[in-house]
Amino acid sequence: MSAVIDNHGHAHDDHHADHGHPPGLMRWVSTTNHKDIGSMYLWFSFIMFLMGGVMALTIRAELWQPGMQIVQPEFFNQMTTYHGLIMVFGAIMPAFVGFANWQIPMMIGAPDMAFPRMNNWSFWLLPVAAILLVSSLAVGGAGVGWTMYAPLTTQAGPGMDLLIFAVHILGMSSIMGSINIVTTILNMRAPGMTLMKMPMFVWTWLITAYLLIAVMPVLAGAVTMTLTDRHFGTSFFNAAGGGDPVLYQHIFWFFGHPEVYIIAIPAFGVVSQVIPAFSRKPLFGYASMVYATSSIAILSFMVWAHHMYTTGMPVAGQLYFMYATMLIAVPTGVKVFNWVATMWRGSLTFETPMLFALGFLFLFTLGGFTGLVLAMTPVDVPLHDTYYVVAHFHYVMVAGALFSALSGVYFWLPKWTGNMYDETLGKWHFWLSMVFFNITFFVQHFLGLAGMPRRIPDYNLQFTAFNQISSIGAFGFGLTQLLFLYVVLKCIRSGEKAPDKPWDGADTLEWTHLPTPAPYHTFENPPTVK
Amino acid sequence: MTSKFWAKVTVAVAALYSGVVMADYQLNLTRGATRLTEDVYQLHNMMMWVITVIFCAVFGFMFYAIYKHRKSVGHKAANFHENTSVEIAWTVVPFFILIAMAVPATKTLLDVRDTTNPDITVKVTGYQWKWGYDYLKGEGEGVAFLANLSTPHEQIYGSEGKGENYLLETDRHMVVPVGKKIRILTTAADVIHAWYVPALGIKQDAIPGFVRDTWFRADKEGIFRGQCAELCGKDHGFMPIVVEVVSAEKYSGWVAETKKAIAAAADDPDKKWELADLNARGEKVYAANCAACHQANGQGIKGTFPALDGSKLVKGPKRGHIDIVLNGKSNTAMAAFGKQLSDTDIAALITYERNSWSNKAGEVIQPSDIKAARK
Repeated sequence: MSAVIDNHGHAHDDHHADHGHPPGLMRWVSTTNHKDIGSMYLWFSFIMFLMGGVMALTIRAELWQPGMQIVQPEFFNQMTTYHGLIMVFGAIMPAFVGFANWQIPMMIGAPDMAFPRMNNWSFWLLPVAAILLVSSLAVGGAGVGWTMYAPLTTQAGPGMDLLIFAVHILGMSSIMGSINIVTTILNMRAPGMTLMKMPMFVWTWLITAYLLIAVMPVLAGAVTMTLTDRHFGTSFFNAAGGGDPVLYQHIFWFFGHPEVYIIAIPAFGVVSQVIPAFSRKPLFGYASMVYATSSIAILSFMVWAHHMYTTGMPVAGQLYFMYATMLIAVPTGVKVFNWVATMWRGSLTFETPMLFALGFLFLFTLGGFTGLVLAMTPVDVPLHDTYYVVAHFHYVMVAGALFSALSGVYFWLPKWTGNMYDETLGKWHFWLSMVFFNITFFVQHFLGLAGMPRRIPDYNLQFTAFNQISSIGAFGFGLTQLLFLYVVLKCIRSGEKAPDKPWDGADTLEWTHLPTPAPYHTFENPPTVK
Repeated sequence: MTSKFWAKVTVAVAALYSGVVMADYQLNLTRGATRLTEDVYQLHNMMMWVITVIFCAVFGFMFYAIYKHRKSVGHKAANFHENTSVEIAWTVVPFFILIAMAVPATKTLLDVRDTTNPDITVKVTGYQWKWGYDYLKGEGEGVAFLANLSTPHEQIYGSEGKGENYLLETDRHMVVPVGKKIRILTTAADVIHAWYVPALGIKQDAIPGFVRDTWFRADKEGIFRGQCAELCGKDHGFMPIVVEVVSAEKYSGWVAETKKAIAAAADDPDKKWELADLNARGEKVYAANCAACHQANGQGIKGTFPALDGSKLVKGPKRGHIDIVLNGKSNTAMAAFGKQLSDTDIAALITYERNSWSNKAGEVIQPSDIKAARK
């Protein structure tokens, strides 16, 4: 994750002119190196992950039994809100941008990102946004849900304004990062690397970056309209002034649904590198994988109102969004089939990255299936805004995106740090995560089916048993992630030295052309790809 | 560690375990009280079967590969990486499975949305944080009331034992006759709420400034409970819904009784009240409508809901005070209570606020003051 300090030494061995960098903190503030910036993204996202995790545990502690014991309803609402915002914008998205920074230049044979200074700026905006976000809790917070539906947001206190500005800054950071990624991929590939020869991870990020550029401004628009409704007398979302509260939801989900795939598609990319490597067999259906990913991205713009089946839209609208949403199952199915076919008749081994990739495959598919259930409008009506939905999207976000990110960290950690992680501890980390994740979230399907609404701080006695099981799982899952921190630190400090290519089946440029650990500057002379 | 300690641990674990074993484990959708909830229940079961079969098939392949195609059992990797006919098949076949699922879903959806020819129409209004019911058309026309959470504060925050219907009980029930088509119009006064009763198969957002509709026809009598399903602020978890389905005769009786009670409760708008009487009544109105935010002790919640105790507005001229209670304050959670409460209730409430805690105006606001201010 951040062995760059070690790499500093290697940079001297590298026979290139070492440009040097300022010592201490200033190195990190002023760095334009894609590896440094990738490490900062990853550490930042891990810190935010812990912060969002503590909020999740506050929620689960309050829900341990009926009655209000630990927090007040107002604060409970703030916890659900900030947990969601921090995990989506602070933890998962930056984690995959971190992967993009580290990996894309190495995988396409480029020396760095296309715009190194902008790269620095897009990272350093993140802590600013995070400080705004968290400090808004200190001025009363805003318990409006991560979706920030109007007109509840119009009522909220000054914390809401800080939240809005934080979202603006996060959006700027994402847009700059995306432009950088698109430019790098389209212009800086090594000679011979055509688009259809790029590693799947690079393809998924190219598609994701376009999604980000398309929808982050939409989110910025939605929250800006909220801001002007709050302070400048506009009525975008206020019926009394000729506006419509549901307009907000349309705009938000026009951003929000592609956002789901902004998180999922790079996760697909990581898994598409890991599964072939440990199957010792090329990815099955490379071309169809590219087409499936692109169609998922395009379809993601056309299904947003399936989050709004109960708003009372015309029945024709409900039917259209139901059909379009079900259609996404087709390309998603293709991807799952391709991964399974990649493993078929391979020569499989099950190191930690592979375990997390298989955990991803198994549980993400489960989350996809509950998504299909929710796509069916008449079935969604009783399930909408219940714990069923909470379970569904945690299968996609945690077992999907987070497991994939963990898989990627274990996969590339040797290349980044030069050291192997502790395989035994890694396997413990996987199995504990797998078990506790399911204890936490599988039972939430039942809570939703029985009718427990989401975002409530207290509940009827009939929901007690499953809530207690879920809370036990959540604390187990949270503690398990501290083990992950330990494994990573141990790897950096005292891991065994890793060979240049520790994984038999890995075949991308960073494994075949670069020493381990990857030097500070790589591919100053591009390799030739046949 | 003494054996006493372990005995205690054993007892605690046993208590937890028995609590978990004895508890409620509903694993599927609620078997509802209407034909449509049954349709949706069956649709969901059908989906679950399809999903389970596909899931087992796909992961059957995966686990077979994990078992047979391991390096540790000496399996050598093949080198194939595409197969056009297989790839076309697994794109096209799911497409037809989806169409087969979409057909019954479409049929059910069209039924769900058919709100024509109702016997009774009820408008349901979401307030922060209670529901209002207005019977607009059909038998019972003219009946209107608010329904508040009736679970006592001590059960929520204190150690008092929680009842079976904890948080799912209200002071007044929405009563409807069995076997009649009831059309529900939803709207809201402040933010978006959602009217959600699992056993009736209804979840419909209540959107301020707009009216949406839905319907149900209960096939059996009973009491059905639900709650708000859209985050609506602080007490989102504390605004339940109770629908009581009764026989036609019982319903007629309820309508007559309720109308009589509403007429009896109507106050003489010109009556002159004494301070003590108004204060006593105002305390109740305050507890039901204001204490959730401004708190029973009038201190509010710092940073979110202003204190009334010692407030400049409350201690100031009565006109400003009456105005904010009647019309609310835009862009805040302060609702316009003029639409919810009678002149007498508002007069009592304002009198109470101006004479409670450290506020000692000694002044009586009469219903006629409110009537005048409404103009």
